[in-house]
Amino acid sequence: MPGSLLGNSVRRVEDPRFLTGQGSYVGNLHFDGLAVAAFVRSPFAHARIDGIDVGEARKAPGVVAVYTAEDLELAPFHGFMVLNPACGRPPLATGKVRFVGDVVAMVVAETEAAAVDAAELVVVDYDPLEPAVDTEAAVADGAPLQFEELGTNVVMGMADPPGPDLFAGATTVVRAKLENQRVAVVPMEGDAVLAVPGDDRYDLTVYVSTQMPHGVARTVADTLGLDVGRLRVVAPDVGGGFGAKAGVGAEHLAVIAAARRLGRPVRWVQTRSENMVGMPHGRGQVQWVEMGFDADGRITGMHCRVLADAGAYAGFGGILAVGPTRMMAQGVYAIPAIRYDVAVAVTNTTPMGAFRGAGRPEAAEMLERMMDIAADEMGTDPVELRRRNLLPAFTEPYTTVMGTTYDTGDYARPLDEAIRLAGIEELRAEQASRRTRGDRWQLGIGVSVYVEITGGAGTGEFGAVEVHRDGSATIRVGTSAHGQGHATAFSMIVADTLGIPMERIRFVQSDTAAVPRGGGTGGSRSLQTGGSAVLRAAEQVLEKARALTAAELEASPEDIVVQDGGLGVAGVPSRVVSWGELAAIAEDRGVPNVGGGGKDAGGKNAGGKDAGGEGAGGGPLAAELDFDQGGATYPFGAHVSVVEVDMETGQVRPVRHIAVDDCGRILNPLLVTGQQHGGIAQGMAQALWEEMCYDADGNPITASLAEYAMPSAAEVPFYETANTETPTFRNPLGAKGIGESGTIGSTPAVHNAVVDALSHLGVRHVAMPCTPERVWRAMVAARQGGPEAAAGGRLLWSDPPAAFDRLPVTGQAPAAADVDI
Amino acid sequence: MTVVREIDVEVRVNGAAYRCGVPPRLTLADFLRERCGLTGTHLGCEHGVCGACTVLLDGEAVRSCLVFAVQADGAEVTTVEGMAGPGDELSPVQAAFRDHHGLQCGFCTPGFVVSVTAFLRDHPDPTDEEIRQGLSGNLCRCTGYQGIIAAVRAAAGQHARRGREEPTAAHP
Repeated sequence: MPGSLLGNSVRRVEDPRFLTGQGSYVGNLHFDGLAVAAFVRSPFAHARIDGIDVGEARKAPGVVAVYTAEDLELAPFHGFMVLNPACGRPPLATGKVRFVGDVVAMVVAETEAAAVDAAELVVVDYDPLEPAVDTEAAVADGAPLQFEELGTNVVMGMADPPGPDLFAGATTVVRAKLENQRVAVVPMEGDAVLAVPGDDRYDLTVYVSTQMPHGVARTVADTLGLDVGRLRVVAPDVGGGFGAKAGVGAEHLAVIAAARRLGRPVRWVQTRSENMVGMPHGRGQVQWVEMGFDADGRITGMHCRVLADAGAYAGFGGILAVGPTRMMAQGVYAIPAIRYDVAVAVTNTTPMGAFRGAGRPEAAEMLERMMDIAADEMGTDPVELRRRNLLPAFTEPYTTVMGTTYDTGDYARPLDEAIRLAGIEELRAEQASRRTRGDRWQLGIGVSVYVEITGGAGTGEFGAVEVHRDGSATIRVGTSAHGQGHATAFSMIVADTLGIPMERIRFVQSDTAAVPRGGGTGGSRSLQTGGSAVLRAAEQVLEKARALTAAELEASPEDIVVQDGGLGVAGVPSRVVSWGELAAIAEDRGVPNVGGGGKDAGGKNAGGKDAGGEGAGGGPLAAELDFDQGGATYPFGAHVSVVEVDMETGQVRPVRHIAVDDCGRILNPLLVTGQQHGGIAQGMAQALWEEMCYDADGNPITASLAEYAMPSAAEVPFYETANTETPTFRNPLGAKGIGESGTIGSTPAVHNAVVDALSHLGVRHVAMPCTPERVWRAMVAARQGGPEAAAGGRLLWSDPPAAFDRLPVTGQAPAAADVDI
Repeated sequence: MTVVREIDVEVRVNGAAYRCGVPPRLTLADFLRERCGLTGTHLGCEHGVCGACTVLLDGEAVRSCLVFAVQADGAEVTTVEGMAGPGDELSPVQAAFRDHHGLQCGFCTPGFVVSVTAFLRDHPDPTDEEIRQGLSGNLCRCTGYQGIIAAVRAAAGQHARRGREEPTAAHP
């Protein structure tokens, strides 16, 4: 046998199909009799619907049907997590529209062109209402209410009781109001759904661009009152998700309802215009943070007041401030006491959801900005201030003051490595000389250290492995890759365990007809949960195969090892029973009872039933099980970012970005690096370019790719990525998630670098994204002096809204989410 | 009700002739996807920003969402489906994308493959700066572009020009 595959940069098995144009994205699928849906959307952020006239649209050429809420009678629903049960969204708006892009009516036609043409003929009588667009405005007294019956726009909130003095012993207390702006997720493929009514086995098959097909099946069945066993959901190739393809959308339900009524396949593929207003947005928090430091620069305590934007219909993204941002508020630091108050408000904007990191980037950005503001205030080196406050390395679980239990951590290690790779002393020297010379392009150096949560939902994951008579194998797993490379990674695991070549391993995912259950892909959960399930299943198959081989060769099972092409007796390479023969023997004669289980590396895992034919009778040479690692893993890392700032125009040029991310043991460095790169680009884009903006009336003003500043290759620098490897004990692979780390570490590092470039002027903060205008205004304000000089023309601190004084005081951590996002 | 007159066009796509009547407003992208059944050409925006729909029109890289099918009458179009060699062997550009992890979800990939193929034909020995500019008409949300740039450089047989800033390996 050759050496282990694991740990090697194996090229992806997925790639040839994509490179030759053979992808199976929803929009590429064709069914006979296919009809196409188009939606009529609200041009108002907040308005009463006084009437909808669909008469002309129904008569238009090629139109099959036109539906309003009255026709479809779909109840208000919650597409993913429920923030507030009173704020359900009717799939087609009833009574009011609550954001620009809200769905009012649906046209189904023979062609997309006919559907779009007819949608323009639908006449909606709107009576505009005053909108609440900005989150702070939404919680002000007298704000226009989105749900009048609630009497407030605050749809969730909780406060910690005032505890001991957080700033006792503090010689410095820094205070800042930080805005973590709303961003659009922009997967290159938008949302898409294709519903196909009835065949022999299923009442309905839904092809949908989702990260979580089994979750879609459950929600659709619950919402529409269908038997989940008669509903098949398939995620074919999915063109990126990044959190925005979690859960069920209004359009999904409307299209499914139409297909059932019409008895023919109906498809909807979101246009980019629709995507920018219809797909959930991410982030959207305002944070008021106070942090005390003693004379040695050690943190005495922190008070956070976080106001989260839920968008319209209490989009589930608002929960993230109550969940992960709160859970990660202590971050990598020793903070003796934290008070965390959180209010979530509805606004007349696109509903909020998850975006890569989902609540953890907001916590890291908050802490890392505060550390830099404090370092400037105290005249301390920002790296030194961090080192002084980092938690020491630990290999046993550590519980923070927020009640979050980290698995393993060694935060100084990636920090030291990032500092070394960056050559920070040379950078500081270069910065000093540019300042002395008064160069037009000044240098800024930013550092961040972070820890985050992955794979913590505690729902386990399904994995199965079967070996066939032709010697090939099939993996089935409940995760749902959409670019991450699971087919490659999971095939590596099986190839490594069984010695079956990767090209003979089939990978099945994302089809509820082929995989009985699954949590899908989100929250960087897939390798640690699904990969571990596949590993355990492969190990069980190996145990069965060893028993079969031992019987066949009249040897002891303990002496049977994987050999080239099959199994044989150790040290006797001439006597090999091939995998194909073993599968045939198992099917024909059955597998001797070898006991299930496999070896556990820790956690409560690897329970489950065997699919293989134990005992009498034949059955496939196979195993299937659920793996539950019993708790989340906590990847961490440190980034150093270097930017140049044009002192005349305010333009920021990122020039270097060093990322040292620790995701535990690495299975395939090629895939890990790819996740780091993509994450860094998105996090950097939040710091420098991207923001979903609305005008005062609630009109989105960055709702196309011409206006929304998503970076191209010409904007981003070369990323210098590295890893430290601190394994977790929670799963047999030792793996933590890597999908979101790059995003979490990069935003504060880049942001800190921009402020650092201006710090000699007295600038302490610039709001994200650090556009040329904002940076230029910060320089102008700094030159003018006064209280607004420190934060780009506004006060670094202003009092939080009175809404925080009215929150229920619980002092309780909310229940953990039952899905990973 | 207006009746839209269809116009007959003949377009050679990847060497095969397609002849049919099309409405004047039908884009080349929709023509390729719906009339020719070539769904490798993807639509990622509506106005020529993202580059996912890039095809070669008489050899020039164009956004097929900004070209009407009637404008392609008599032309030779090459899509991503026409890029691979005999026996479906990946082209040098396609192979380089795989070697350097220049794709993740794959949705933008056809546009990149076509754009890069045309770019390297016109700039056989590009600098890294030229590569970044050459790619700036195609958007990717997954890769952060680094694997793509490495792939272009490899496909060009180019070596690192600027030391640490742009190493050749996909992951240094």
